[in-house]
Amino acid sequence: MTRAPEWWVSLVQAFVVINLVLAGFAYLTLAERKIMGRMQLRYGPNRAGPYGLLQPIADLVKLLHKESFRPAAAIDWLYILGPFLAASTALATFSVIPFGPGWEIGGVWIPGQVADVEIALILLFAIGSLGAYGFIVGGWASDSKYALLGAMRTCAQLVSYEVSLALSVLGVVIMAGSLSLTEIVAAQAASTWYVFPQLVGFVVFLLAGTAETSRAPFDLPEAEQELVAGYHTEYGGMRFGLYSMSEYINLITLSGLCVTLFLGGWHGVLFTPDWLAPVWFLAKVGVLLYLFIWMRTTLPRLRYDQLMRFGWKVLLPVATVNAVVTAILVVAL
Amino acid sequence: MSPQPLDSLKGFAVTFRQIFRKPITQQYPEVKRPVYPRFRGRHRLWRHENGLEKCVGCSLCAAACPADCIRVVAAENTADNRVSAGERYARIYEINMSRCIFCGYCELACPFDAITLGNEYEISEYSRDDLIYTKDMLLAEPIKRVPVADRERYDTPEPAYKTRS
Repeated sequence: MTRAPEWWVSLVQAFVVINLVLAGFAYLTLAERKIMGRMQLRYGPNRAGPYGLLQPIADLVKLLHKESFRPAAAIDWLYILGPFLAASTALATFSVIPFGPGWEIGGVWIPGQVADVEIALILLFAIGSLGAYGFIVGGWASDSKYALLGAMRTCAQLVSYEVSLALSVLGVVIMAGSLSLTEIVAAQAASTWYVFPQLVGFVVFLLAGTAETSRAPFDLPEAEQELVAGYHTEYGGMRFGLYSMSEYINLITLSGLCVTLFLGGWHGVLFTPDWLAPVWFLAKVGVLLYLFIWMRTTLPRLRYDQLMRFGWKVLLPVATVNAVVTAILVVAL
Repeated sequence: MSPQPLDSLKGFAVTFRQIFRKPITQQYPEVKRPVYPRFRGRHRLWRHENGLEKCVGCSLCAAACPADCIRVVAAENTADNRVSAGERYARIYEINMSRCIFCGYCELACPFDAITLGNEYEISEYSRDDLIYTKDMLLAEPIKRVPVADRERYDTPEPAYKTRS
């Protein structure tokens, strides 16, 4: 039932979606600071605008006005490429996430996602892995020991947890029998949300995803108390902003992917007219983002050996067993 | 004792509960926390009741100052120009507030209780020059902006050198 949209529809839709994601990122930072503040008996930002609502804009203006500093010995084109690579790959991954069934407005077909790809899941992981180059290249090109060490930490963590992340979604792929995200959503609408049969996969996905986006308690790459900053030590101004942006957008994309794979995508609980689908999608993504913020305030950071042990000795076996058991059950039943 | 992973989950309940409590933040510029009665802030020079300055220009405060931020230039009192109660007076008395560490040694060194440290702490300026306080500024009544906590709440008595006349 996939219908190809007109090329200009895709163009406009990509533009709109990118800007919505960017706005979502801006207000995610505010929401995070507000929620964390309240959980720590603070107010959070409340000076810029009513309830601090203009804080992201103030932050943006501040970052844009900062000097574009660069270490003298940095490899300049790689140094500049790093944040762009990270940010552009982060934005690109969101294009395959379906947020609606597609709409027919005035004879023009508007699809439910920017790009409906048959192998969307593999594409998403591939682009996501490419994003890791942004971090490594940036850390290496900075010509700083701390940035290099931070990049290595990031690299080691991303590689370790990417395996578990990919294995945890395998159960969903086996159950749906497809790599296309639209078909996975459709399969869930036909049966049930995969969070119920794939609870183990869901939990592994959340934990590995937290590590993939280097969020607390797996935020070793930028452990503020131990390191200066990690791979972006030598970055300032909007280049740092791009790195920060790519991390938050990766988090949004991850939540969107989690909703798509495990929580029924844009389908609502009882009542889903076509026009309400994006609202359901946003609501579910919001709940997951809240969960990530909640986790950040609650759990202390892991030690490096704990991180590696947890990734390789707990998450990976659990994810593998989950995939194998799912495969056996799907074949047997 | 429950196993460790469950204990970690308990933490989620703890953080979630805090959302419904009122933040304990005091919104500073609007709400000013009363300072401790013996809080050492902006300096003040004093006069006798008859209007003569207490400072006699002995420079003991300048000698005691570890930050070397006080400058005193003394001059003789004459019959038609009587400024202080002593033989001499401070023709120039300057405190460089950007240097001052608010240790209170000047207050302790002063034999006439001419200089004391007040409670004002909002004394930032846009220029360093503005932070050099002259004698006129120090003698003038400061604009009271700082609430001071009730002395009865603290068991430390007022120091003798402050209560002495």
